[in-house]
Amino acid sequence: MSTEVHDVALKEVAGPSALGGGWRRALELLSLIAVADFKKAYFGTALGYLWSICRPLMLFGVLLAVFTQVFRIGSDVPNYPVLLLFNIVLFGFFQEATTTAVTSIVSQESVVRKTQFPRLVIPLAVVLTTGFNLGLNLVVVFVFILAWGIDPTATWLLFPVVLVLLFVLTTAVSMIVSSLYPRFRDTAILWSVAATVLFYGSPVLYPIERVPSTFQDVLLINPFTPLLELARKWVIDPTAPSPAETAGGFAGLLPAIAIYIGVCLFAVWSFRREAPRIAEQL
Amino acid sequence: MEYRELRALVDVSFDIHRGEFFGIAGQNGSGKSTLLKILASIYRPDAGRVRMAGRLAPFIELGVGFNQELTARENVVINGVLMGLTKREARRRLDAVLDFAELHDFAELKLKNYSSGMLVRLAFAVMVQADADIMLVDEVLAVGDMGFAQKCMDVFYEKRDAGKTIVLVSHDMGAVQALCHRAMLIHDAEIAYLGQPEEVAMRYYRLNFAEERSDGAGRGPALPDINARVVEARLEDDSGQPVENVAQGAPLFLDLVIEARRDLVDPMFVIQVMNAESVVVFSIRRTLGDGRGELRAGDRVRLAGRIENSLVPGKYFLDCWVRRSREQGDLAVQGLRLREFVVYGTAPRDGVVSVSADLEAVQVEGRGT
Repeated sequence: MSTEVHDVALKEVAGPSALGGGWRRALELLSLIAVADFKKAYFGTALGYLWSICRPLMLFGVLLAVFTQVFRIGSDVPNYPVLLLFNIVLFGFFQEATTTAVTSIVSQESVVRKTQFPRLVIPLAVVLTTGFNLGLNLVVVFVFILAWGIDPTATWLLFPVVLVLLFVLTTAVSMIVSSLYPRFRDTAILWSVAATVLFYGSPVLYPIERVPSTFQDVLLINPFTPLLELARKWVIDPTAPSPAETAGGFAGLLPAIAIYIGVCLFAVWSFRREAPRIAEQL
Repeated sequence: MEYRELRALVDVSFDIHRGEFFGIAGQNGSGKSTLLKILASIYRPDAGRVRMAGRLAPFIELGVGFNQELTARENVVINGVLMGLTKREARRRLDAVLDFAELHDFAELKLKNYSSGMLVRLAFAVMVQADADIMLVDEVLAVGDMGFAQKCMDVFYEKRDAGKTIVLVSHDMGAVQALCHRAMLIHDAEIAYLGQPEEVAMRYYRLNFAEERSDGAGRGPALPDINARVVEARLEDDSGQPVENVAQGAPLFLDLVIEARRDLVDPMFVIQVMNAESVVVFSIRRTLGDGRGELRAGDRVRLAGRIENSLVPGKYFLDCWVRRSREQGDLAVQGLRLREFVVYGTAPRDGVVSVSADLEAVQVEGRGT
């Protein structure tokens, strides 16, 4: 019987960390928990998935009415309604994932405080669950795009690149806000304001070329600007300007790229720094 | 800004050997849970290190991570992975877990519809079937009914015999003594004692009694009725009337009835009187008949009679230990808190007891005259 534990070497215990317990265990927990959360969200309510698509659709309806009937900004942008819906779904993913992630570690208090749980899994599971949702929403959006009369082009195949970049950015921001929140509870409020600012500060409601050139410079340091521009050009309107064109050459994109990379690096640094102490902050 | 630094553990250094059942006792706030969390990689120590051989079940409480909205089947797999199994292993052991918990018929039921008893059974089954080399257990015996507590004990004996290492943190000195090879008492963030479980239990109770006096409150520490239970404990005067206080020198009449909660082989009853300084003033040992005798669960034993009272005035605690007899290693099965009483009188309080002494002071002639 005791032979089972016979030859095991004495190993240093590393203590809690972002991936405590090893990669494999973290990945398995991530998949199990993300799938479980997803099921919970969609089998718990009578209309399940319908509710989750309702939200972006209603926001879309309101904004469409406002920006084509009241402000008229969208009435001369080609395919404005589909562009608006597309942008809302993409940005909505980021906003929903990050705002849920802020409090995610605190709401999973019991696992964090009572078992060795890889801390990184918690915000990642939030991003993944919201990601499943995004996948379903995109199906609706693409049906809408086709119904609108936009023909599929070869550049549609490039769209996953945008998705990957969006996923990475969302994950990074989720890691930052979720790691800071246990220590600085103000993070939740600050982030909800910041996310709203980001919503209006990104070309979601309006195309970038409509923005006065003084403000364009501000928008250009926002990593969402090139992401949403790429999505628009590749999927909806091949004649739209490319990110490099609006930025006046590739060099103009560098601030946004630098911020994107900076956010990712900061996320890793911040999470690694906070992870070992999170259980004590709760 | 002012703040006070609280050091939860200071200079705590110890070894636990493979195949050992190791107990950690201590009062609330002594630092024992912090220690367990460090062992489980939940907290990181500010200084020092922990080394370990083998796979640890990094759990300090049963049922952590259970999700009320998911079915038992899904929860068992997630919990198995948390316990350190791979997903495949966890799925393979699913049936064994459900068998052990006797919950096969409820595998597809969401946990929110489970009774608390079923939940505990399921959680315990996952832990047992995860079969880690090292298990950490915080007050596991506090949950569930008597039958379940018994099942826990049996499993722990089994694990111990199989060479697994178990670290038990508990307030239940009965369990610590019945299960542990060695134990450690933590007090005020330091190791107060490490060694025999029986000694740990004694010191733990003394700490508790001392604490209670400084509170001024008269409540006893909650001692769970694992092995034996007090049915009746009366102090009487010589006319058979129950009394709280006894005059100095007047004999004590004790009437004590104890009920066995499980089968006890060759039990020995040790009645102990402890004074306000937590010093055991005297103890009386009694066995059934010639020392051989078996109590079945539910059997009762009466200990009644006269005890000579040479106590000085003050407050006293009357305790009883139920032990297994010498031949079985003299394990204390359980400590029972009986009652407290006051001895009143006017005699000087010097010393611990007053004895009758045939001693005279007589002036004899000296050189001064």
